[in-house]
This record gives sequence, C-alpha cells and structure tokens, in this order.
Amino acid sequence: MISFSQVNKRYPGGYQALKNVSFDIAEGEMVFLSGHSGAGKSTLLKLIAAIERPNSGSVLVNNQNVGVLKERALPYLRRNLGIIFQDHKLLFDRSVFDNVLLPLQICGFDYRESHKRVRAALDKVGLLKREKSHPIALSGGEQQRLCIARAIVNRPAILLADEPTGNLDAEYAQEIMAIFRSFHQVGVTLLISTHDTNVLQDNGVRVLALRQGELQTITSGGGGGK
Amino acid sequence: MRHAFAQNSSILRRMFASPLAGFLNILVIGIALSLPDGMYVLLKNMQGLVAQLSGTPQISLFMSMDAKADDVDMLRKQLEQHPAIERIEFVARARALEQLKQSTGLADVVGGLSQNPLPDAFIVYPKSSTAQALDELRIELAKLPKVELAQLDSAWAYKLEALLKFGRMGVLILASLLSLALIAVTFNTIRLQILTQRDEIEVAKLIGATNGFIRRPFLYFGAAQGLLGGIVAWFIIMASLLLLNHQLGALSQLYASQFVLHPLSIGDSLTLLMFSMYLGWLGAWLSVARHLSQIEPR
Repeated sequence: MISFSQVNKRYPGGYQALKNVSFDIAEGEMVFLSGHSGAGKSTLLKLIAAIERPNSGSVLVNNQNVGVLKERALPYLRRNLGIIFQDHKLLFDRSVFDNVLLPLQICGFDYRESHKRVRAALDKVGLLKREKSHPIALSGGEQQRLCIARAIVNRPAILLADEPTGNLDAEYAQEIMAIFRSFHQVGVTLLISTHDTNVLQDNGVRVLALRQGELQTITSGGGGGK
Repeated sequence: MRHAFAQNSSILRRMFASPLAGFLNILVIGIALSLPDGMYVLLKNMQGLVAQLSGTPQISLFMSMDAKADDVDMLRKQLEQHPAIERIEFVARARALEQLKQSTGLADVVGGLSQNPLPDAFIVYPKSSTAQALDELRIELAKLPKVELAQLDSAWAYKLEALLKFGRMGVLILASLLSLALIAVTFNTIRLQILTQRDEIEVAKLIGATNGFIRRPFLYFGAAQGLLGGIVAWFIIMASLLLLNHQLGALSQLYASQFVLHPLSIGDSLTLLMFSMYLGWLGAWLSVARHLSQIEPR
C-alpha cells in the first residue's frame, strides 16, 4: 500500500530530514512511526501526501509514484488519504458540521448523502451533539477528534496521523487510540506518528523508529500486522 | 449540483461579510462604468439628431426677392436639365413661411411680421454626395441668374459628424481606461479575499481540492461584483437622463420643439451588464492566477 525505497529528503538550506529510508506497509496494516521531535516523522508523512517531494528514491502509494506526480493529479491522490494534522488545521470560521463537510463538498457529493456521512463520522468520534458548535468552543481532545472525523468522512483507504495524541492526557489518548483500532478492524491502512511511549507500549503493533532521519529499527509487535 | 451551489453561496456570503467595503467597491465600479457609458448615450442621441437633420445632402437655392414667376420657371427648367442634379423641389415663399411657423417653434416671432421676409427657393438634391462635387455644384448654381444665395445645408452636419467622431474616440479611450480601473479594483479585492481565506485555501488543497474548485467562488465573486457595478452604472445613467430630460423639457418648450434624450436601449443595457460582468470575472481570474499558486500547503 505504502512503499518507501531509499528515500532521501533534504530541505533547502541543507537540512537532511530523511536519509535512505526504505520500508513497506501492507494493505490494512496499522503501523506506528516513532522518534523524537525533529527525527523526520512529519516529513515522512508529508512525502506520502506529496506535500513535500523526495530528493531521491521513490515513494509509492497504491503503486503510484507520488514523488513525481503532476500538480494536477495531487488532489486525486489526497482524496484517497485521510490526514490528521499535528496542528489540526481546523477552520474556525465555520461550525463543527461544516468542517467535516468540506472534504465531501470538494469531492462533489450530493447534499443528502454528504449530510448522512458527516453525521456518521461525527457519531464515530462522539461529537454528534456538538455539530453546531464552533471549533473554538471545543477542548483539545475534541478538536483532535473533529480532525479525525474530517479525515475519515471521505472513507479513505489510508489514514495518516501526525502526533494525534501529542498534547492530550493519557485518558484522551486512550480514547483516540481506540478509535484508530476500530478503523484498523475495518481494513483501513494506518500510519500513526507518535513519541508517546505509553501508546507504543500499549499496542503490540509494528513500529518504525526514526532517529535523525534514519530508520533505526522495524520492531514487529504481536497483534498489529496482517 | 445543489451542493456545489450551497458551497459557493456560503463562500459568497462570507465574502460579502463586510457590507460597507463591498458596497463601496460596487459603487466605485458603477461610477467608473457610468461615465463612458453615459457619454456614449449622449453621443448616440446627438448622432440620431444629426442623421435626422442631414439625411441626404442638399443645396438650398434662394432666389432674389425681386424674382418673378417667369424667372422661377426658367430656373426650374435649367435645374431640371442639369446633369449633376438628381431632382429638385420648389418651395414657394408662402409655404416656406408656413414651414417656418411649424418647424422651428418661432411661431410667435413669425406671426408678428408684417410681410413675408422669405424668398422663393429651390431645394436641390445632387446626384453625387462627395464634399468636393457638392461644393463645385454650389458655386455653379450660385452664379445662375436671379439666384441670391446657394447654401450647402449639410456642411454643418458634416462638421458635427466629424466632431462626434472625435467624441466617440474620446469615449473609447475613457472606456478603455476605466475598464482597466475596474479590472484593477476587482484584482485587488480578490487579492484581499484570497489573503483572508488563506487557511481555508490551504486546508482545501490538503484534503484534495482541485485548483478549479478553489478558483470558482472567487471567479463568481468577481463576476457578481462586476454585474452589481454594472447595475449601479445603469441606474446612474437612467437617473441622470431622467434629470436631464426634465431640464431639457423646459428648454425645448422655449423652442416649441420635441427633443428628448432616449434612454439606454435593452440591447445597450444588456451589453453594459455583460461587459461589466466580464470585466469583473477577468479581474478575478487574473488575481486568482497570480495569487493562488503562492499558497502551497507546508
């Protein structure tokens, strides 16, 4: 589903964010991406969504080399990805409902179907009662869940999450992880970056560990891979 | 489809969130458009008047006051046989006085005259209508016996026509400049809109919006702003003409004539609206093309 082969990413100015990274993630697999801040986790996720392009090596998503994808084709790649951003990227000028509606509007869903899907997604993350609120009125954990609802409303095959439990206390983090596990159970491919050691220990899933841009270890847990 | 509309209308609503700024923009566009278009309407009215007055070129041949009926008959024969003359029309002095009373609205003045001051006259319609041929014919006819004066009636109309051409060029230049101003106003408005909606554009790009999807509401906004500006211009012109006609009514009453300024025709009105809409769209398109590519998610 996702395949990195000798990927290097150097930012303008000379900072080498990723060095010779290679790995494969199978369809329906749930994988953690660990490492300290600055280890290259965000860069790796951005390469998958073609927000950044690699300097060398190939990034395959669904057997498509996204590193050389034309500008015109990018929207259609991103529609197959659900991305949960580290900084949420919620729109504060509209309601919770409209935030989740946006991806469906972009894909051109009809009114009835899209409203049904938005409610289903909000229900999934437990925000159905807050649909008329504005994001500013939500707690940190609720904003995170809203971001998840927006990422899944389009029912993407691949879900990328950048530090989804970053600023949350343990209890909220557990809730979020439970939501991710439920997606895993229905066959979604998940790649979740985190530096939260609790999360990593609690789940026996495969872990890709990055250190200063290099892939250190690929530890295979018990219940994760398929 | 309904969905796309909901999406765009919500964006439009947000764009009009500052009603005063939006209104001022539309007013600026309206005034900018009303100037050349108003001048165009005035010119068109003048042109209509000129066409009405000049028609085909003609030479008025006034006979001297002491001309007898024999002289008139002789001149008529000479004119009828002249190779450069298409046809002639005789205006007896009594009838000329009647016409004067009716047409120019000087009835009161004419009524006060003790005797008819007008001579017998021929109206000569030449075959050729080139300025040179007309002038040569006029000089030739002036030399005929018992002819007091030969006057080329359309000369002033030609001069006016030339003046109108000058005016039309002026309107064209003004229209071009103000069209550029309209495009610039829209360009800048859209630039500000794009800047204020930077977050939304960035997020939309991140979750798979095509450039077309992002561009569309801005283009709609530009076109809508242009159209509203056009409607404002239309009202400005119509209101001005109404006021002018009111004053003109008083003026033409003094001359006992019936001259009114015709308002914008339906065709002209539609052209005005379509053109203003197009200019707004163009300004938005240029602005979006320039500024949207600068917003790339990081």
